[in-house]
Amino acid sequence: MARMKFLCDSDRCIECNACVTACKNEHEVPWGINRRRVVTLNDGKPGERSISMACMHCTDAPCAAVCPVNCFYTTADAVVLHDKDLCIGCGYCFYACPFGAPQYPKLGNFGSRGKMDKCTYCAGGPQADDTAVEYIQYGANRLAEGKLPICAEMCSTKALLAGDGQIIAAIYKERVTRRGYGSGAWGWRTAYQEDMPA
Amino acid sequence: MIRILALLLALCAAGPALAQTAAPPPFTDRGQLSASELEFRAALKGERISGRVSIPDQQAANLIQPEGLDWRGFHNRTLAWIAGIAVLGMGGLLALFFLVRGRIRIAGGWSGHTLQRFSLLERANHWMVATSFLILGLTGLNLTFGRHLLLPVIGPVAFTALTQAGKYAHNFLAFPFTLGIVVMLLLWARDNVPEKADLAWLKQAGGLMGHGHPGAGRFNAGQKTVFWLTVFGGGIVAASGYVLIFPFSVTDIGGQQLAYIVHGVLAALMFAAMLAHIYIGSVGMEGAFDAMGTGQVDYNWAKEHHDRWVEAQVTKARQTVTPRDAKAAGAD
Repeated sequence: MARMKFLCDSDRCIECNACVTACKNEHEVPWGINRRRVVTLNDGKPGERSISMACMHCTDAPCAAVCPVNCFYTTADAVVLHDKDLCIGCGYCFYACPFGAPQYPKLGNFGSRGKMDKCTYCAGGPQADDTAVEYIQYGANRLAEGKLPICAEMCSTKALLAGDGQIIAAIYKERVTRRGYGSGAWGWRTAYQEDMPA
Repeated sequence: MIRILALLLALCAAGPALAQTAAPPPFTDRGQLSASELEFRAALKGERISGRVSIPDQQAANLIQPEGLDWRGFHNRTLAWIAGIAVLGMGGLLALFFLVRGRIRIAGGWSGHTLQRFSLLERANHWMVATSFLILGLTGLNLTFGRHLLLPVIGPVAFTALTQAGKYAHNFLAFPFTLGIVVMLLLWARDNVPEKADLAWLKQAGGLMGHGHPGAGRFNAGQKTVFWLTVFGGGIVAASGYVLIFPFSVTDIGGQQLAYIVHGVLAALMFAAMLAHIYIGSVGMEGAFDAMGTGQVDYNWAKEHHDRWVEAQVTKARQTVTPRDAKAAGAD
């Protein structure tokens, strides 16, 4: 099995936000929820660069570590998913996530934030693959169809790479070698480092 | 002429080097940090890496917030240890105290006479705070320990149902709890002002260890401690809780993480302190529960624990029965 990762080559990202739109369209994500977003650092200044960011599907994921109801699980492809039937919408994963991935539909009063929603790496949820119930709760399950996440698949400059960590890292390294520069894999140190706090 | 020749030579020599640097220099040579280095430094400084987003949700402008990992460490380790030691430690101490000291009896025995200690309003308010505090505390502990203790026993579906109900109870009971704290402050603040006699009471540890009873007014130094802990501790726990109930209405994610830390630590310590309060008000002391039960306490109990309060009550009662200007029968 592969170890799925995202890698955003910020020297290629043109902040077109097509990944954000494609994600919302593919999964019918409701208003107010952005599973993916594009952040521009040093906007309008020298060294400006944009990075497309979503759930990084961390090794030893902080969200799973702090969840009081243990609703997270990691698939054989190392994709971090959660069971919305178990989620109580407490917000702990949001406090712990280094990437601001967990989102909450703002329904009801007094912090009734609803079930947490985040990037599924286009891998659906615990329901049976590619069923209507899975689609309503989690969106499309492209991985089950043998496809990669839509955000990376349709990226016009191929800045956003998705796939096995070793393969996309090799593609990125080759780019850096050829063009002679690169800023590195954003979030990789935080998401995939070996020694993590408990 | 020689100078121009030298320049030409130098240019020829530099030719291949210029061709090599036609591509932009490596990223790090342009005075910018690589992603990894930037993340490392941000984590060291506890700073967020933020930029600009074109979607309406400005919270999404945070690219990486390394404090999340610190929060994880707090929630999973620090808070679990603090709450575990505080609650279990207090439970152990109270059990040990009960074994050594036993139930503190009324030294003079039951007198059969009672006097009013707490009015219906005072008792109703006390129990409103007490029941909401207990449910708040237990549902809070469930969020920290339930996953390890209860989830393996009752299974994920039942545990989620329970924890979800607990979350709603926790959110809504915050309001009667806060109201009760305010009412308590209005009802009892006057009698809980620290005084000199409290030092003597504290010096004798309230007679908990020996058998003497240091003098006290309506509330002794121990009760005053519980009172101010409830008012201030409860106030801060409530305030930090509201920050979390209404996410982003007061502060950003950093503020919410801090509010959670304050809320968790203080609530765990208060829960432990209230275990001692519950103990001494029930099994720990004969005659104590009546104060908050019927509101009527035994005269001997009151005399032993709150002598100055009893004196004041008795004086007041005499004045009511025989007004100050009343004359003895047959005096005229």
